[in-house]
Amino acid sequence: MEQLESLMREAFPDAAELSVVDRTGTGDHFHVTVASGRFEGLSLVEQHRLVYDALAEPLRDGTIHELRITTRGA
Amino acid sequence: MSELSETIKDVIENEPVALFMKGTPELVMCGNSDRALQALRRAGAPVTAVDILPDPAIRAELSSLSGWPTIPQVFVHGELIGGADIVEELEASGELEAKLEESLGPGYREGRAERTVGVLLSQ
Repeated sequence: MEQLESLMREAFPDAAELSVVDRTGTGDHFHVTVASGRFEGLSLVEQHRLVYDALAEPLRDGTIHELRITTRGA
Repeated sequence: MSELSETIKDVIENEPVALFMKGTPELVMCGNSDRALQALRRAGAPVTAVDILPDPAIRAELSSLSGWPTIPQVFVHGELIGGADIVEELEASGELEAKLEESLGPGYREGRAERTVGVLLSQ
């Protein structure tokens, strides 16, 4: 979870809000919420793509089994 | 491009609303696929479902076509609308219905049907 938080912090250094919640307590189902100026003017698909890009490694290696995403402009 | 990839592309581009999911609308195998399906039903969308579980190659080819790493994936006339979170969010705000109306026409709810199509040669 700390790993995901630091990856998100790296990708969204300006985040006004950033949280990573382990939804099931099993360390593989996460809900990421982030508010960032990077999202301004982007569609939801583009916003979620930025989050997927930030978390590409844990998505690929199976650390993240399920990911919920909530994005907001800052 | 492989035959499987061509078939998936064909579904994405030619179905009014395509839902790539785990399981089928009759037997949903994943909570997120169910969230997307329920949101589409609330919006009155005609859903063409594709089960990605029969072969891991389906998911691999789909994600390489769409650039979207997770399941479910919803497309309206070829355009990626998003996964479960986005589809739920758009449904709640009324934007999903607006998108369907714009893309499928105002009468899109009439004769609404749900069907499942296979993308493997053996299906």
